[in-house]
Amino acid sequence: MDLNYTDEEIAFRDDVRAFLKAELPASVSDKVKGGKRLTKEDMDSWHAILNKRGWLAENWPVEYGGTGWNAVQQQIFDDETCAAGAPRIVPFGLKMLAPVLIKYGSEEQKKHYLPRILDGSDWWCQGYSEPGAGSDLASLKTRAVRDGDHFIVNGQKTWTTLGQYANKIFCLVRTSTEGKPQEGISFLLIDMDTPGITVRPIILLEGTHEVNEVFFDDVRVPVENLVGEENKGWTYAKYLLTHERTNIANVGANKVSLEHLKHIGRTQKVRGRPLIEDPLFAARLAQIEMELDAMATTNLRLLSSPDSVANAGPMSSMLKIKGTEIRQALNDLTRRALGPYAMPFVSEALETGYNEEPIGPDYAAPVSKDYFNNRKITIYGGSNEIQRGIITKMMMGL
Amino acid sequence: MDFNHTEDRAMLKDMVTRFLADNYALEKRNEAAESSEGFSREQWSRFAELGLIGALFSEEVGGFGGAGFDISVLFEELGRGLVVEPFLASAVLGGTMLAELGSDDQKAMIGDVISGEKLLAFAHGEPQSHYDLSHVETMARKDTGKWVLNGKKAVVLNGDSADALIVTARTAGSSWDEDGLSAFIVPANTDGLTVRGYPTIDGQHACEIDLNDVRLEESALLGKDGDAYPAIELSVARANVALTSEAIGLMEVCRDMTLDYLRTRKQFGVPIGKFQALQHRMATVLTEIEQARSAAINAAGRLDLSRREREMAVSSAKALAGRIGRLVAEEAIQMHGGIAMTWEYGLGHFAKRLIMLDHQFGDVDYHTVRFAEFSRKAT
Repeated sequence: MDLNYTDEEIAFRDDVRAFLKAELPASVSDKVKGGKRLTKEDMDSWHAILNKRGWLAENWPVEYGGTGWNAVQQQIFDDETCAAGAPRIVPFGLKMLAPVLIKYGSEEQKKHYLPRILDGSDWWCQGYSEPGAGSDLASLKTRAVRDGDHFIVNGQKTWTTLGQYANKIFCLVRTSTEGKPQEGISFLLIDMDTPGITVRPIILLEGTHEVNEVFFDDVRVPVENLVGEENKGWTYAKYLLTHERTNIANVGANKVSLEHLKHIGRTQKVRGRPLIEDPLFAARLAQIEMELDAMATTNLRLLSSPDSVANAGPMSSMLKIKGTEIRQALNDLTRRALGPYAMPFVSEALETGYNEEPIGPDYAAPVSKDYFNNRKITIYGGSNEIQRGIITKMMMGL
Repeated sequence: MDFNHTEDRAMLKDMVTRFLADNYALEKRNEAAESSEGFSREQWSRFAELGLIGALFSEEVGGFGGAGFDISVLFEELGRGLVVEPFLASAVLGGTMLAELGSDDQKAMIGDVISGEKLLAFAHGEPQSHYDLSHVETMARKDTGKWVLNGKKAVVLNGDSADALIVTARTAGSSWDEDGLSAFIVPANTDGLTVRGYPTIDGQHACEIDLNDVRLEESALLGKDGDAYPAIELSVARANVALTSEAIGLMEVCRDMTLDYLRTRKQFGVPIGKFQALQHRMATVLTEIEQARSAAINAAGRLDLSRREREMAVSSAKALAGRIGRLVAEEAIQMHGGIAMTWEYGLGHFAKRLIMLDHQFGDVDYHTVRFAEFSRKAT
């Protein structure tokens, strides 16, 4: 084994750094670093810059416009873009739907949709969860009934992240009630402009709007929008979820959070000394850093294994658990580092153009909001309890 | 020993429970929390009429309670109702400072505090003090028969609504000296006082205060010059009894909502409470809440003992409330799943307050270390 980067890998890293220095707009990275809210335009512009360089679809095969990067390159890219304050690329089209289309989609679907994902023509959102289903995804009830050349869709989806910006939604729908609940599910691509679709915001506990409910009332979807075979959607859904879970480890973002927390630890004072010199705080910080370092290697081990997708079941569940728990530990310790300044919450301070003096230290504004908002990460994408169930089921043979 | 409340306190508890159930729906509470002051003046008057503010003061100063268990009984219910009105700022913090240090003339104001007509706030913490009670850099000096105050105060609870601020300042010594601290009554409209109010993430209200050559009459000094520390520590001890009791109320709401959810929410064809993974975690939550309650009882019952006994009990209760409050809030959200993340469902508002309690007057780490320091010293 050799844990050092090769000369080629170092050259690649330098390439990425030079690109970021030249192309990542400071107006965007300042927002990311300051914990401010990004607009749709901010996200779109970074998407376009990456696409122009050919660095958008890191996990796609080259023939479809992907980068063809290996695992180490992907990790380097993730580390560098996160460290530079690049926005996280909205994953629904690129990292979730695209792998499904590439593996299971028809030629027409690939030819039509993949370029539109790359050039930003389509903004996809996810129609998996339903009220009352949650992590028991197979219990979903949204119905799609065949009517000639169309499916008629009725039902409701929920937790649709950034659905307010999307023009397309990929949905799991029930096309049969026979057999096991997993067996009657199909995977449909739906235009959000179709009559009968209503999007309603869900406001989260800290007051932000990032998720939505989507209602379907006799929505007509052409049959050519079915991916793969009817009633085989569960297979594609599971394939998509392994991609989602691997992505949830978020190694690069966790590293940035750790560095940010160290910066806060050096700046905050307790009894006149930097907080980072406080033995209790230092020990808490060290524990997180050790866990993160180990997880980064686990992540690389998974990504570099010859058939990473086949091995992705329990391993991606482990990464989801670790990645989310480390992130929450970082959010928690950052909140606690602020002392009483964790309390003020001036929502406008998170918008660009807010020029008033910050309340307390300039890094304080988003900290408690992030702590509360990130309670969701151990719930979504299959809760961590579900992940533990997957690990034991697959590894204990019971 | 007797772990039952006296008849008077049991009646107080029942009355508050009923009143809040009938008059303090979460939507109304959130509306008040989002208003410019962060609470409702109308509710405050009704609380005063019910005698709830007076329950936090002793008979000597015109109240009808004021003991540790009066604080704990009331605040547990205020926690259960997620009440945002300024009981802590005006009655417990400001009120204790006034009752402890005030001259007869100064104490006369307590009547207006009890009737709800005047609001107090306690401007003590500073941008660099973290949770340290002795860290005061705001200076007060004598100048031709006036006190002149300069400095900054941080995250002052309800300070933007107060009629008078109890401001601490250093008249001698250097940062972290307990000696040399003094307290002053500063009317809200005093020249040189700049108050910047803002909401906190848990629906409370606080402010930053700038004191720029604030000139006060000599009579603004509370108690003896340089001797305010014991009263500051006692006020904060009483505040921490209030906060730990409030935490118990909040935890029990989170507990009840979660138990209800585990019994009714079905996944994979059964109530999710049938899953052992969740049962064991719920058992831990239930066990830990009892620990927090016992620690809160210890603190309330030891407020009148020696400084060491009082402060050890207070730090212990606040450390346990911090640790267990976080456990309960996080577990309640996790076991509820996505629904708990929504503004509308309500659990999140209790969880936010429960987490933020840890940021008031010392978090779990601060109080653990403080407990260890008191414990290490010989009795």
